[in-house]
Amino acid sequence: MNIILCIKQVPDTTDIKWTENNTIQREGLESVVNPYDVYALESALDLKSRYEDINISALTMGPSQAEKALRKVIALGADKGILLCDKKFAGADTYATAKTIAAAIKSKLQDYDLILCGQFAVDGDTAQTGPGIATFLDIPQVTYVKEIVEYTRGYVTVIRETDEGLEKIRVKLPAVICILKGEFETTRPTINGIIRAQKSKILKYGIDDIPLCPVETGLKGSPTYVSRAFRALKRDVNCKFIGDVKELVQVINSVRGKHE
Amino acid sequence: MSKGILVWAEVTRENYLHPVTFELAGKAVELASKMDETPVIGLLCSKPNLIGEFKDAFKHNGFDKVVYVAEEKLEEYKTDLYAQAAIDAIKTIDPEIILMGATTQGRDLAPRISMSLHTGLTADCTALDINEDGKLAATRPTFGGQLMATILSKNSPQMATVRPKVFRPNYLDSEKDTIFIKHGVDLSNKNSSIEILDFKKKLCSDINDLDSADIIVAGGKGMQSKEGFDLLRQFADKLGGSVAASRTAVELGLAPQQCQVGQTGKTVTPKLYIACGISGALQHVVGMENSEKIIAINNDKDAPIFNVADYGFVGDVFDVIPQLINSL
Ligand SMILES: Cc1cc2nc3c(=O)[nH]c(=O)nc-3n(C[C@H](O)[C@H](O)[C@H](O)COP(=O)(O)OP(=O)(O)OC[C@H]3O[C@@H](n4cnc5c(N)ncnc54)[C@H](O)[C@@H]3O)c2cc1C
Ligand SMILES: Nc1ncnc2c1ncn2[C@@H]1O[C@H](COP(=O)(O)O)[C@@H](O)[C@H]1O
Repeated sequence: MNIILCIKQVPDTTDIKWTENNTIQREGLESVVNPYDVYALESALDLKSRYEDINISALTMGPSQAEKALRKVIALGADKGILLCDKKFAGADTYATAKTIAAAIKSKLQDYDLILCGQFAVDGDTAQTGPGIATFLDIPQVTYVKEIVEYTRGYVTVIRETDEGLEKIRVKLPAVICILKGEFETTRPTINGIIRAQKSKILKYGIDDIPLCPVETGLKGSPTYVSRAFRALKRDVNCKFIGDVKELVQVINSVRGKHE
Repeated sequence: MSKGILVWAEVTRENYLHPVTFELAGKAVELASKMDETPVIGLLCSKPNLIGEFKDAFKHNGFDKVVYVAEEKLEEYKTDLYAQAAIDAIKTIDPEIILMGATTQGRDLAPRISMSLHTGLTADCTALDINEDGKLAATRPTFGGQLMATILSKNSPQMATVRPKVFRPNYLDSEKDTIFIKHGVDLSNKNSSIEILDFKKKLCSDINDLDSADIIVAGGKGMQSKEGFDLLRQFADKLGGSVAASRTAVELGLAPQQCQVGQTGKTVTPKLYIACGISGALQHVVGMENSEKIIAINNDKDAPIFNVADYGFVGDVFDVIPQLINSL
């Protein structure tokens, strides 16, 4: 089975610093592989440990630095890396991202069975790219997947966690599966993996390699745009500090609509 | 005159309409009033015979029109069949705006629809408005809740998903003359690529129903231990409320994941939210700042939680809470 693992390099959102104008200070912001994509990798590695002939190709669309993210997942066990990189791809929203990735898969990696994505990317948290890739490839999708239970010829069975409960679903391949946090031990890079990652040749494709025109990709190909970005506002209140417990009891009772 | 604002009517597994449908309708009515003669249209895709049960609810929640697709094959939610039915109906209705719940169903289906219609979608919005050009301005948190972005779409329909509980329904005492229109979609020779083999209902932890609680007592790392959360439970019971937690408390194993409030947990809007030993990180605050009243108890007078609280008490939770339990 050939797996395409879609990964995204994201800024480390736990470590955000602000400029005086309330914009995010981007210099010096560390990049990490989106944690949900690491969970997707772990599901792929789990399949690899249970079945024969599983091949994992990690793919990312991003700036040239995103190559680092590909090498990171190769060190953790992916077999090879593919980078979609072109100035014309920059500024893409989820629509343009999904379209570009799908076009690259269709034209360059025809021979695939399963596309794994993270459920969300922690920077944007849109959860749209996976279903978008599935739509453009016209294949099924299963989102919010906790576990890939079984792979039989042409199908996988997964556990999907919805708001209402757990669904066990069998889906026909090829399909896109978006992975939630599973119950795996965190994978650590091995020495061999690190050496392999350093030696690996990353395949690179740009706009000329895929069947799309520049107006269909990047900022130009994006139907949405950010009209304003601002620091999350605090609730507009003035905290009234309370000195003793008696008064606190009164406040609680009055909010509850109970008067004594 | 515009073609309208479409609200996706989400049918749950147990065949009721998800409350987010009415929360969105309330917002849609407000947005429509800022546009030019804009109808609010519901779209219901389900198995046959459900529409009858929902008619009253639609009439009392401000829908001008409801388009419904009723097909045997829509018995259970399956992405591909639902997407086909929805897209077909949407092409006929041709709405300007589409609003869907940011539930697992909405977030699975909405991108399938938006990508097929080659239009933009803004996920998990916390505010929606109509800007001076008459366009949908959708605001959402990004970067783990630390940055807010207002997003516009160049194409139409303009789509957004919104989490449950962000907006409030606008229940009308009187009935509206809602028009109901059946939309036929032929799914007879379409088979789903997925098969649902089994379903297990989520086991909710005890009486902890954060979605509908009027009072929530939430604990953070400052509650220190499982015993600390037992104390919170007693406090909540005294108030007839539910217990919630910060992510750190969940990660420390003090409370189950279902209790987590915030960016990666639930959004809650109780009448009263009492934060105990919670520092007030933005990722937590985005999940509770729409509570009507917030009280914070923390031993650090500079804790950021006091910036969002209506009332603050600086003190040790293990000293204050037992006293509260005794005197409430
Ligand atoms: C991508 C991302 C998503 C996240 N999502 C969420 C989310 O959904 N929900 C969430 O909650 N967090 C989330 N977080 C984590 C968030 O940033 C904070 O780390 C977390 O909310 C802190 O939890 P806390 O307030 O319980 O702990 P702390 O920040 O450690 O605060 C503990 C507080 O308790 C007080 N305290 C200690 N002892 C006592 C005492 N005896 N009496 C009174 N007060 C006491 C302290 O003064 C302190 O203010 C997320 C983070 C990231 C990066
Ligand atoms: N630029 C990208 N390159 C490759 N995969 C991506 C990219 N952006 C998003 N993805 C995939 O889509 C998932 C969801 O991302 P998002 O839609 O941004 O929340 C991620 O977890 C990745 O698997």
